[in-house]
Amino acid sequence: MLRLHYNLEKISMGMVAAIIVVASIGGIVEIAPLFTIDETVEIPDDLRPHTPLELAGREIYIREGCYACHSQMVRSLADELDRYGPYSLAAESAYDHPMLWGSKRTGPDLARLGGKYSDDWHVAHLIDPRAVVPASIMPAYPWLTGSLDTSLLQDSLAVLARLGVPYDDEMIAAALADAAAQSRPESDGAEDLRARYGEDVPVSAFDGNPSHLSEMDALVAYLQSLGRLTNAAYEGLAEEDGS
Amino acid sequence: MTGTLTLRERQVALALAVLLAVLGLVMAGAARQGVMALHGVMAIALGLGLAFRIGGTLDDPAPPRDRLTRYDDGPTRFGIIMTLIWAIIGMGVGVWVAALLYWPEATPLVPWTSFGRLRPVHTTGIIFGFGGNALIATSFHVLQRTSRARLADSLSPWIVLLGFNLFCAWAVTGYLLGSTQSKEYAEAEWYADLWLVVIWVLYFVLYIRTLARRIEPHIYVANWYYMAFILVVAMLHIVNNLAMPVRWSAPESFPIWAGVQDAMVQWWYGHNAVAFFLTAGFLGMLYYFLPVRSGRPIWSYRLSIVSFWGIVFFYIWVGSHHLHYTALPFWAQTLGMTFSVMLLVPSWASAGNAIATLNGAWHKVRDDATLRFMFVAAVFYGLSTFEGSFLAIRPVNSLSHYTDWTVGHVHSGTLGWVAMIVFGAIYTLVPQLSGREHMVSPRAVEWHFWLAVTGTLVYVVALWNAGITQGLMWRAYDENGALSYSFLESVQAMAPYYLLRTIGGALFLTGAVICAWNCRATMRAAQGEATDRPLAVQPAE
Ligand code: HEC
Repeated sequence: MLRLHYNLEKISMGMVAAIIVVASIGGIVEIAPLFTIDETVEIPDDLRPHTPLELAGREIYIREGCYACHSQMVRSLADELDRYGPYSLAAESAYDHPMLWGSKRTGPDLARLGGKYSDDWHVAHLIDPRAVVPASIMPAYPWLTGSLDTSLLQDSLAVLARLGVPYDDEMIAAALADAAAQSRPESDGAEDLRARYGEDVPVSAFDGNPSHLSEMDALVAYLQSLGRLTNAAYEGLAEEDGS
Repeated sequence: MTGTLTLRERQVALALAVLLAVLGLVMAGAARQGVMALHGVMAIALGLGLAFRIGGTLDDPAPPRDRLTRYDDGPTRFGIIMTLIWAIIGMGVGVWVAALLYWPEATPLVPWTSFGRLRPVHTTGIIFGFGGNALIATSFHVLQRTSRARLADSLSPWIVLLGFNLFCAWAVTGYLLGSTQSKEYAEAEWYADLWLVVIWVLYFVLYIRTLARRIEPHIYVANWYYMAFILVVAMLHIVNNLAMPVRWSAPESFPIWAGVQDAMVQWWYGHNAVAFFLTAGFLGMLYYFLPVRSGRPIWSYRLSIVSFWGIVFFYIWVGSHHLHYTALPFWAQTLGMTFSVMLLVPSWASAGNAIATLNGAWHKVRDDATLRFMFVAAVFYGLSTFEGSFLAIRPVNSLSHYTDWTVGHVHSGTLGWVAMIVFGAIYTLVPQLSGREHMVSPRAVEWHFWLAVTGTLVYVVALWNAGITQGLMWRAYDENGALSYSFLESVQAMAPYYLLRTIGGALFLTGAVICAWNCRATMRAAQGEATDRPLAVQPAE
């Protein structure tokens, strides 16, 4: 062995090839099966993709680095189930490019956040967390009341569709209308949006002002969608309880 | 910088600088506004700045005839300066974000000073800016000295360094303006990633071409590690960053990976960024500078072979230990855990080999702060790898994951191991490259050493306490079977630890500032160049 290595050390391309081979094995064995084993991700029938407004909110969540302090992955541990709710399923992030599971909980996990608080609470909390939770160390985001830039939204849906997220042509074509409609409860567009994405999609003047489409609208819409894209996690838990 | 270039090389350099400016113009023109336009302008500025600088020297005298009989140390010197600049940026921002967790209102209410945007500036500034520049700079030095040959050509080292720093600058300014992929330690957007691929290929080609000129038949161990660093980082970077831009003219993209596959790819990348960026490369540094400084050969050649291949093989598997109890399939978690534990063997073999090398030179460790930096680095390397294997064990991880214990662990590695070995290497190199016996102020090195060690210990101990406290509070139940603490109570419990870690970080930063000052003074007081000479016969140009 030592002799072999003694000779290998003299051939630079030999070392290069050896390093590539040795360093590839682990990745191939561990990652490739995740794409081929079907049980890895079972897509539930009721799973919907994010609406355009929620998607825009997700981009703001990414832009502001909320993921640096918040995870979105409830682990299968008793205290996490009690604190946050049912543990996260792979399917719930199946359409998430990229996933936002996070790695640090400076603030609480947000995977089961949708519906936990009112829109008003979120707006007040994001503008000044300490006004709502005095001991909070979360940063304030007052600038989110500015207008939402939707110029890339349609293309974003189109790109995601190419990557396998089930946005159809109609959804892509209506992206801008749908984004506006989701924050205007009284409008006709709201019905169309629900027809496309499902009856459960929350339609609301998230920031309280239906006439202005703000970044706050988008981010709060996204926060309210967390854990609400499918019921699979809750159903799975109910089944386990029943057995 | 141009003094060692021939006229022909200066002409090529000028053309390349203009090309860079044109590339920037195309980028800025296509994007029109926003981050990508700014990045185009930055490329234009760099391109034009270089063009003027080089253009002004076209009539200068040709380099000394004997330039090929010397080592090419200019790039190394520049790389060290960039290392120190990024150290101050990266650590400065680190102390700032640490302070924000204690005092969240310390930041003015404007977007770019927000915690979430500054945090990747800190990580990228340290990993790529500080660590990357240190690795490239020292790799040039080590490669030439162990091959006893000059770098294969005089231009590509500069292209690699300048291009790499442009990548870093694009990345961090992008985050401040809200442009990020959100993939940890790979936040830079698609065009910056593509740029880095080009630079990295040039780096690899330069490395191999220079190795091909070596006169010593064997490739020295340090070079194996630098090669593993270059190759595997390329592999990780490309696979993890595969993404589809929303538009060619927009700084926004979607990774092709989604959900659980994305998580696995991300942590395969993330942990191997630790392995091949923050470990393999720096082990290369250790394997060269420790023997040089202590004047002792590496203790065991055999052990270095075993630990090298062990590290290259085992590390790649361990990323999934970041995903225990998540939606990642159980078998993958188990593989990650198993290999993480096995990884301790080659890791401790390396650390042990380093410490055993110092046998017989302990009096030097006592007297020479530079060598002490390297010794402490090896000790922290051993401690952090032990802690890492421990934290990867599933039940331990159930407590530590998501808490500040992980952050503490990372910093025992980055402050205690990576930064210490870099400082050790810098304090060895800077006087040598300045033709001097010692740094201008050996006392300042001593001060730096104690500030760095104290800072690291304060930081790490504070976050051990923080993390374990968090983990225990989150899982505590009262006698009625209800959770004992609200999340907010665990946040409040962190305050003293967050204050302490800020202080620890500030001590460490102070040391780095002293180091930068001392290096600057030493370079200014240079008494010539490095005196050693290559042995390899250089092909005529
Ligand atoms: C510096 C870390 C940090 C960052 C960055 C951060 N948060 Fe928080 N967040 C916290 C902390 C700490 C809490 C708990 C105290 C509180 O409720 O304010 C919290 C609480 C929350 C809650 C309430 C969760 C619950 O279940 O009670 C929401 C919602 C939230 N954050 C959303 C966000 C969003 C959206 C962003 C990005 C725009 C963000 N956070 C960025 C630290 C952070």
